[in-house]
Amino acid sequence: MKKYWHVINIGIQNNLTYRVNFLFRAVFGFVPLLATVYLWRAIYQGKNGGNVADYSLAQMTSYYLLVTVVDAFTVVSEDDWQIAADIKDGNISQFLLKPIDYLSYRLCLYLAGRLIYLAVAAIPLLLFIYCLRAYFVPPGGWLVLAEFLFSVGLTALLQFFMSYTMALLAFWVLEVSTFIFILFAFEYLASGHLFPLDILPPALHRVLDFTPFPYQMYFPVGIYMGRITGSELLQGLFIQASWVLGAYLLARWVWSRGIRKYSAVGG
Amino acid sequence: MAISPEPVAPSRGASSPGRRATLVRYLSIYAALWKNSVTREMGFKSNFLLWILVELLWFGLQLTFMGVLYLHTDTIGDWTQWQVVLLVGTSHFIQQIFQAFFLTNCTQLSELVRTGKLDFLLLLPINTRFIISFRQVDLGGFINAGSAIGVMAYAAHRLHLSPSALQIAGFFVLCGVGVTIHYSLMFLLSSICFWTVRAQGIVWGYYNLFNIARMPDNAFHGFFRAFFSFAVPMLLVSNVPARVLVGKLDSPTPVLVLLLMGAACLAVSEWGWRKSLRQYTSASS
Repeated sequence: MKKYWHVINIGIQNNLTYRVNFLFRAVFGFVPLLATVYLWRAIYQGKNGGNVADYSLAQMTSYYLLVTVVDAFTVVSEDDWQIAADIKDGNISQFLLKPIDYLSYRLCLYLAGRLIYLAVAAIPLLLFIYCLRAYFVPPGGWLVLAEFLFSVGLTALLQFFMSYTMALLAFWVLEVSTFIFILFAFEYLASGHLFPLDILPPALHRVLDFTPFPYQMYFPVGIYMGRITGSELLQGLFIQASWVLGAYLLARWVWSRGIRKYSAVGG
Repeated sequence: MAISPEPVAPSRGASSPGRRATLVRYLSIYAALWKNSVTREMGFKSNFLLWILVELLWFGLQLTFMGVLYLHTDTIGDWTQWQVVLLVGTSHFIQQIFQAFFLTNCTQLSELVRTGKLDFLLLLPINTRFIISFRQVDLGGFINAGSAIGVMAYAAHRLHLSPSALQIAGFFVLCGVGVTIHYSLMFLLSSICFWTVRAQGIVWGYYNLFNIARMPDNAFHGFFRAFFSFAVPMLLVSNVPARVLVGKLDSPTPVLVLLLMGAACLAVSEWGWRKSLRQYTSASS
């Protein structure tokens, strides 16, 4: 396992060189978020203190803040492009020769990247939450916070395995970015990035629950906000873990198929 | 316009035949660039179609978002649902036209600087900003702009609008101003690469701001609204043309402000470009 610690170490050092880039990303990312919060505020103003699908304005604002937090913890930023490029340029040949597993290697780099991104983005993020503190709802106890963090961990794994599998399409097609963006569009909408899923018509929300998407965002945020509790929570965590396992197995399977097709172009 | 020929161009002073000759020359160069782009795009047909699908999906996503908001409210500010659909359509139209003409060219600038390929462009007997800005045309953008027009037309039908020819003409002129603003700001940001080499993060950061352009202006107040009207005029770019089309304009002031901001952005970006170019030291290639 020691070698993977080295990978994490290298990943951290590599990512540190991009800290200014990360800071820009984080800061620019807040602008649309702030805009969405203002948009909701205008909607609530028009309703004269009424609620939207039993979200108060404070809860709605918190929802978007938490989306940003979970995003900072879990988003796959450059990893999928790099994996696709590694395959296209024949860089993975070296991993076939070395006693190192490519999936574990990429996972370590992903974790290192998240760590540095969090460290850099924490400053503007906390500042931002502080500015909106009047609208930020604290978690309903330490247990809820623990469950939330556990679920965020699963979300990170799910995000990574899905992006990894998507990037492996590079074994078969020349240009994977379109496929990545198509998946991303579905994730963005169906995971609850744009709005909490329970403000949708109930039937639609139930359909979405059969996809892995809600477990990429809505589920952990719902836990934090106390909207998912008790047996629903346990069942949800079980389903989330199952999706993680499923995505992992799919990633392994696609890799084993892809490697047969691989011809080490330029490698 | 910023794209005036530099002294290198074979113009005979400011006399009008010389100017016409220059114009013809630039137009024929641009036609050649177009031909080039078409040939390149047709080399990757399936990819070309897939990108159109991606853009369609994201457009649908924006419309869905607004649709979900209007499940829970009747108006945002003073914008009704179909007016906002028209606004989102306008914003998409402007963004796609911008993308068709300028986006790739702007994002590639930092690559030109990093690799030193800019040398070759600087040596050409042609205005450098012209060749950098117009090198590639992204044809998919026009098709996507067409889908935006379709959505706008449907929204106009739902709103029972029958805009006059003047309104429609004004709308497209203002959309052109919007494209100019996006181009100017994006080019200005790309020019930062002369200092930092890696400006792509900054450029894509700007892309985030497109999200604001499709939101109804009077949902915003105070500093946020002032900043995104008079510093980075995102809240004017598509709101003003949409208001012209819907007939929601109380006074001509917003139109004047948009025109002024367009001119200002273009001037600032030309100034920034000239300042940045002096930093260029080529690459050790």
